Amino acid sequence: MCGVRAGGGSNDVQWCFSQVKGAIDDDVAEADIISTVEFNHSGELLATGDKGGRVVIFQQEIENKSQPQCRSEYNVYSTFQSHEPEFDYLKSLEIEEKINKIRWLPQKNAAQFLLSTNDKTIKLWKISERDKRPEGYNLKEEDGRYIDPNTVTALRVPVFRPMDLMVEASPRRVFANAHTYHINSISINSDHETYLSADDLRINLWHQEITDRSFNIVDIKPANMEELTEVITAAEFHPHQCNTFVYSSSKGTIRLCDMRESALCDKYSKLFEEPEDPSNRSFFSEIISSISDVKFSHNGRYMMTRDYLSVKIWDLNMENRPVETYQVHEYLRSKLCSLYENDCIFDKFECCWNGNDSVVMTGSYNNFFRMFDRGQRRDMTLEASRESSKPRQVLKPRKVCAGGKRKKDEISVDSLDFNKKILHTAWHPQDNIIAVATTNNLYIFQDKVN
Amino acid sequence: MFPKGTKRKFSDSGDEPPAGSDDVNQPSSAAVRMLSSYSLQRQSLLDMSLIKLQLCHMLVEPNLCRSVLIANTVRQIQEEMTQDGTWQIMTQALSAANAAAQCSADRLVATEVLCRQTEAAQGEPAPKPFPAVGSEGCSAEEVVVVEEEDEGVEGGVIMSTVSPQAPTAYLPSTFGIDPCWEEETGEEEDEDEDSEECASGSEEGDNDRLVEDSRTAEQVFGTFEIKNPAPSPDPALEELFSDVDASYYDLDTVLTGMQSAPKMGPYDLLESLSSHGPSPLSSSTSCRSDLNELDHIMEIIVGS
Repeated sequence: MCGVRAGGGSNDVQWCFSQVKGAIDDDVAEADIISTVEFNHSGELLATGDKGGRVVIFQQEIENKSQPQCRSEYNVYSTFQSHEPEFDYLKSLEIEEKINKIRWLPQKNAAQFLLSTNDKTIKLWKISERDKRPEGYNLKEEDGRYIDPNTVTALRVPVFRPMDLMVEASPRRVFANAHTYHINSISINSDHETYLSADDLRINLWHQEITDRSFNIVDIKPANMEELTEVITAAEFHPHQCNTFVYSSSKGTIRLCDMRESALCDKYSKLFEEPEDPSNRSFFSEIISSISDVKFSHNGRYMMTRDYLSVKIWDLNMENRPVETYQVHEYLRSKLCSLYENDCIFDKFECCWNGNDSVVMTGSYNNFFRMFDRGQRRDMTLEASRESSKPRQVLKPRKVCAGGKRKKDEISVDSLDFNKKILHTAWHPQDNIIAVATTNNLYIFQDKVN
Repeated sequence: MFPKGTKRKFSDSGDEPPAGSDDVNQPSSAAVRMLSSYSLQRQSLLDMSLIKLQLCHMLVEPNLCRSVLIANTVRQIQEEMTQDGTWQIMTQALSAANAAAQCSADRLVATEVLCRQTEAAQGEPAPKPFPAVGSEGCSAEEVVVVEEEDEGVEGGVIMSTVSPQAPTAYLPSTFGIDPCWEEETGEEEDEDEDSEECASGSEEGDNDRLVEDSRTAEQVFGTFEIKNPAPSPDPALEELFSDVDASYYDLDTVLTGMQSAPKMGPYDLLESLSSHGPSPLSSSTSCRSDLNELDHIMEIIVGS
């Protein structure tokens, strides 16, 4: 399973540091903690959300498209405050402004649209550019003052003249008051008209244009809350079939639902669940089986789930077990009690596919992140750190020593920093460019250009 | 850490001397068995989980997934302890101590929260599986109510069933392993008395923390009770709360295990709360927010 890459071979990707965004100092302001990362459909834009409710969008600037050797850089394109903290007066509870998820809409015109959500409210944002402005009004001066009509002797038609690029973000829709529990997922349907939002117990279907109504399509709230033992942890629409979506649970199951079957999709079409390994059973078995993220592959044939210790790839046609399982940090299995004590066992790691579904990636502790090459059956551990941040520096594979003699350059399990966790990663939809979020920094790595 | 998941039979446990007679009839030898490391580890996991659940209530907006996972873990441990027979042993040890102890509403011991599951098994030869988080007092209340001939259960009654000295069997595990326990491994004498003496020594320093924890626990339980809509509704109140989604509050009761407690109206709760004297509001802002909400709701009801 583990192995340092032998090197060589034309298919090998060598990852190099490209950029890092965010504050350098170790003193992390709580509001700067990155809570979500997402590329848009072309990969030109990269959005991050943070705990302070802000969205920062980076744009890729291709220096020279004709020369493949040239590196492209992501620079700040737009920054805006998406959500503000709110107070629920009836329950006397604060509603955090932390951005839980950002999802880009497919581009239809010159403007870009994205959905961003906190625990309770989803917002549709329009990001548009303005690089021209009208000049030469007949009745107005350049500064806006109105001219006395009596002094106008000739007719002028305003013309558009270039101006400095201005990027504006404006909220176009606010989808509120539909969720009693905390929203954990949003997913845009392939029909380009609807999207779903999921909280701990319910999933709602929205039309992108309509904010005062949503349809409840999944409700797992028991009539008697005493009987609550399972919650929804993630949900996603199928990339091509607009009637199909999946949702994962805290018990390690995934349910695939077909919206054509009934209005309320409580009855699943397929239930994906791997039988428990009895030899690994412990009091923590259920907690570590809880799925923190589910993602369809781009081709729509597979889905990937992330639980605490592993990544599993499922074939949508086979429900009884995953087709592939990758151990992310199996060396933590003997530390589960400590991780339970310090609450790390509840960390929700995300996962992502590369553009052609051949490699999957997910984060770990100590600012490590892992990649699993499905075709070549190889895995790699890399680190996002300031020490490896020289321009175009090739990342060295890392290795964790689970026990016994620690070799040089290996890190022992007990030295891992569990406060440095990589929960959010994203992969460019076409190229080998990845965005990896540490606590408050965003690292961008690219494959080495020879 | 924890041994691999195979369930250890109670008689297999560790290095204790074998008991000649039944477990149930000899609390002392059974108590010795409890010292097996697996039981202690399981106990400490149970304690940790219960504390985490209490902390859940302290947070402004508890993370439901985390709460459910912890509650499931607690239930799992309880079920295993029930099957092991550990339940009976603990409850017998507790009931013996309880009988001699005085009840004091003022000295609220946090461990009584942790110990509730043992009270739940009092008088029940075959403890039934507990609903949700029965460990937090739901079943205990039921049993207590039955034993006390269905007195109206108020917040105060819950607390008063346990004396400060009672949960000696639990104290060492609550505070970590008490050295007294380890010394007594292998003794077959009356473990309860010895452990009481040892435990009370260590109890002193931690008592303050306990009292505060348990007071805050009472705050939590108390205020969450009021959030649970009364089943025999005053129509005016019903209308007032009709558009409030009670589901969130229901969850709280799930986690506190108060669901099957006899429902109280808001006024009953206020009475029981006030009878326990002033509470350390200033020490906990989240408690304050709970009580602020209580005030807020009272204002609405009273219409002031």
